[in-house]
Amino acid sequence: MKLFTYARADSAQAAATDAAAPGAKFIAGGTNLLDLMKLQVETPTRLVYISRLPLDRIEERDDGGLTIGALVPNSDLAADARVIERYEVLSRALLAGASGQLRNKASTGGNLLQRTRCYYFYDTATACNKREPGSGCSAIGGVNRILAVLGTSEKCIATHPSDMAVAMSALDATIVTQKADGDRRRIAIGDFYRLPGDTPEIENVLEAGELITAVELPAPVEGARHLYRKVRDRASYAFALVSVAGVVTMEGERVKTASLAFGGLGPMPWRNPAVEAAIVGKPATMATFEAAADALLADARGYGTNDFKIPLARRTLIASLRELTGTN
Amino acid sequence: MHFTINGQSYEADVDVRTSLLDLAREHLGLTGSKKGCDHGQCGACTMLVNGRRINSCLSLAVMHQDDEITTIEGLGQVGNLHPLQAAFVKHDGYQCGYCTPGQICSAVGMLDEQKKGWPSYVSADLTDSELNDDEISERMSGNLCRCAAYPNIVDAIREVAGLDDRQPVLETAREIGA
Repeated sequence: MKLFTYARADSAQAAATDAAAPGAKFIAGGTNLLDLMKLQVETPTRLVYISRLPLDRIEERDDGGLTIGALVPNSDLAADARVIERYEVLSRALLAGASGQLRNKASTGGNLLQRTRCYYFYDTATACNKREPGSGCSAIGGVNRILAVLGTSEKCIATHPSDMAVAMSALDATIVTQKADGDRRRIAIGDFYRLPGDTPEIENVLEAGELITAVELPAPVEGARHLYRKVRDRASYAFALVSVAGVVTMEGERVKTASLAFGGLGPMPWRNPAVEAAIVGKPATMATFEAAADALLADARGYGTNDFKIPLARRTLIASLRELTGTN
Repeated sequence: MHFTINGQSYEADVDVRTSLLDLAREHLGLTGSKKGCDHGQCGACTMLVNGRRINSCLSLAVMHQDDEITTIEGLGQVGNLHPLQAAFVKHDGYQCGYCTPGQICSAVGMLDEQKKGWPSYVSADLTDSELNDDEISERMSGNLCRCAAYPNIVDAIREVAGLDDRQPVLETAREIGA
């Protein structure tokens, strides 16, 4: 691990100012950052420790939603009675991720900022445009079983590894930040992540020193059925090959509202309004579900060893929609 | 830097890069916690920090100066074993023993989580999850055992959790005529 200086922040504003310096990074749980620092994939010159900041509460919002402090650990968030009651998809997604030990340490804000688990991103002996811009992409033409089939570019086919962020996308979460210059802003999760394009090293819209302080969840959808379905290589403690987060309401035999997000398929939690448009107002039939899968996968592209993800995503979406709509 | 481990105070002047695991093993002589992968994948380094289980390899010592840390040495000693240590011995919950300190610290944390009503991925009802073999396996999935002592680890945890003994495999085999 490369040497760094270390400071414990005593306010969100001080943390943002401190971490705005080149080479500086926030550290909270550290479960992803320290792993990458040991491999020298990440080489910050300064760590600003934020875990003692008072951002560890889950609070009620006037609209019936919740404000989740950025430092709420994943395990506490998953077990919160209000989250279980109103946003079961979020609890289920959190519980599908990592292990008990990691969930106890990993923070809400840090989970949103997880780096990809692409083998080549981790392997400093290989080319990776995300780790070393301009060096090339070893995953294209390499072993890419776990990598993306949607939203990729010629520079990068990495997937975003979070389960939590997929559920938060389906829930239309808003990310609240504190900037180094004192401003605060609210960013819809749909506007938070960036496609790789020519700059895969830039994964989101955060500016230097900008600290995530909270995630807001809007009021829950009344009478909705929630689902988080995760397909992976082993039954526990593995990243998603494909995952589906769904929040659906019915009106008789027809789908009234649908909110669907996908993990394991793209460089960010994947949400495509065309998928939801394909089922809202439609009867809950196989034809409808097939149309949703067609919409999801219209632009899908496999890279060899991850080709299987395209039919897998189709089957997983259809199985999820059958469960969400109570259809056999 | 100042640390509180197993109720004892320690002063140590360590490099800021030192993990909590390396602090215990290399600087304080507490070698019960084991280094398996050093990347949070195996659970051999599991410690309890303020009662919660974490991977001590993925945390910096400097981040834990205000915490109460418990390692396997703090749970029990020879002649005065923690109930989980005794149950692991009774049920032969290990072969080589390298993952055992982490397994036991993890099980202590896990049983506490379950008592608080925390659900798991396999809980059908997130508000009411009873411990059973599937729950134990899921909740302990962050602890790998290369010797694959898993069935006996589950037995040891079942005993401490107050669950009935599982039917021995041989008895089951006889019943079904295998």
